[in-house]
Amino acid sequence: MKALVAVKRVVDYNVKVRVKADQTGVETANVKMSMNPFDEIAVEEGLRLREAGIVEEVIIVSAGVQQCQETIRTALAMGADRGVLVLTDVELQPLAVAKLLKAVIEKESPEIVIIGKQAIDDDCNQTGQMLAALLGWPQATFASKITISGDAAEVTREVDGGLETVAFKLPAIITTDLRLNEPRYASLPNIMRAKKKPIQPMTPEELGVDVTPRLVTLKVEEPAKRQGGIKVGSVAELVDKLKNEARVI
Amino acid sequence: MSVLVVAEHDGRTLKPATLPAVTAAAELAAKVPGAAGSDVHILVAGKDCRGIAEAAAQIAGIAKVLLADDDAYDHGIAENWAPLLVRLANGPGGYSHLLAPATTAGKNLMPRVAALLDVMQVSDISAVVSADTFVRPIYAGNALATVQSRDAIKIITVRGTAFAPAAATGGSAPIETVATTGSAGLSAFVRAELSKSERPELTSARVIVSGGRGMQSGDNFHLLEKIADRLGAAVGASRAAVDAGFVPNDYQVGQTGKIVAPELYIAVGISGAIQHLAGMKDSKVIVAINKDDEAPIFQIADYGIVGDLFKIVPELDEELGKRQQ
Repeated sequence: MKALVAVKRVVDYNVKVRVKADQTGVETANVKMSMNPFDEIAVEEGLRLREAGIVEEVIIVSAGVQQCQETIRTALAMGADRGVLVLTDVELQPLAVAKLLKAVIEKESPEIVIIGKQAIDDDCNQTGQMLAALLGWPQATFASKITISGDAAEVTREVDGGLETVAFKLPAIITTDLRLNEPRYASLPNIMRAKKKPIQPMTPEELGVDVTPRLVTLKVEEPAKRQGGIKVGSVAELVDKLKNEARVI
Repeated sequence: MSVLVVAEHDGRTLKPATLPAVTAAAELAAKVPGAAGSDVHILVAGKDCRGIAEAAAQIAGIAKVLLADDDAYDHGIAENWAPLLVRLANGPGGYSHLLAPATTAGKNLMPRVAALLDVMQVSDISAVVSADTFVRPIYAGNALATVQSRDAIKIITVRGTAFAPAAATGGSAPIETVATTGSAGLSAFVRAELSKSERPELTSARVIVSGGRGMQSGDNFHLLEKIADRLGAAVGASRAAVDAGFVPNDYQVGQTGKIVAPELYIAVGISGAIQHLAGMKDSKVIVAINKDDEAPIFQIADYGIVGDLFKIVPELDEELGKRQQ
């Protein structure tokens, strides 16, 4: 069977984002971009399923500007087989991405689709669930363990307060949480090899998907700055302040 | 048209996470154009959940409780709940807005509903500007976006720390039983392993004690656990501490871990990487204990102590013990 993994190009998690002076968004020019960390976990899981002999091929899909090709290339360097890039300059929102992925899935017919639970830029946490709805497939969100035998899957999910396990039949959508695995680094030979792996370009028009944004961003602001406080000299003073000044204990 | 809140429960009791979502819904209902605004209804879906519906009926500000009782709604299976919400949204009367708490249950369910309705969800709102305009944190709260929805029905999840909880008593709404949609036959609950810890969950804890690389080992986290037990606090960690293998991943507070906003956050041996600050800077009061007085954590801490945590933390334990007697 085939696994399809969707990846998003986002501002690297180590970058301190800056809001643009005109309040139209955050500064992304000359900022380090990387693969969304939850999507790295998704790629890794796809590769592990291939190494376990459960899937034969891991296909990487990304949607957005031309530079998303670099993000796909990173996944190929980790070991994925080939890529699909849906090219558009339109700001993509989760519903549009889910529709694009559905169209690609209908062409590729994967049995397992793995994506990060959330992108660390817009923090929406929607795409996987929306994709599952559009396909009428089961969804296993926030996965910390995946067990597959034949067309049956069991996924342990990270929920508030602990873990929950669900069972379902493939095909299905799985979204990844932090505990699922530790993504590998790409080795130099694999980086070289990845340069030769194919990435197929497509457009939303070819896929017949309207990607017009449904949400309009009116403005983006800095949150209120937190004032630095004071340094206290002793533990007794600290406890006293917490009790009598801040009143939190 | 009215506003519908999805009640969160564990099959036995209504979860407190529901209450801030009711507050957000009430703010929203007051801003819906029309003479008297609109009503707030609440949906209780589950198996044998009349008792929960009765609790929901007492929440202040609720005009009607919808009770959907069916085995298929046990354990909050999104594949089974989503068709119910779609039918209610489109049904007679209909709803202009559907809200759920931005908990793992709400996050799992609502995008599925939104896609079936062909609308974009507005995730994790922290303020209601008008009936179609909301503020939501992006980049883990490092920026706030004001977004306007162009969709006819608004699907919203609500950040619990951003709205005061509605009063759990004082109301007496009627309970209306609604027809159920049955099972989609897509997914089945197998088991739950909920943490048996006496400590609260990180995301709902009033106090959190977190350790960083400065803790030096996993064993040393017992120092923090003692403080946590005295304060009824949850124990968290920085990514550095998780990556070093001191504690499991689910302890992680930060941009790629859990986003928290407790009343009191005590950061011990945490330098304050951007990644970590993004996950906890909305805490009401922040205490930092670190030996490096240049550590960035001190720039956002309300109270800092510079010194050796292995000396300060036991002292803190002793001092808290003295005060509790």
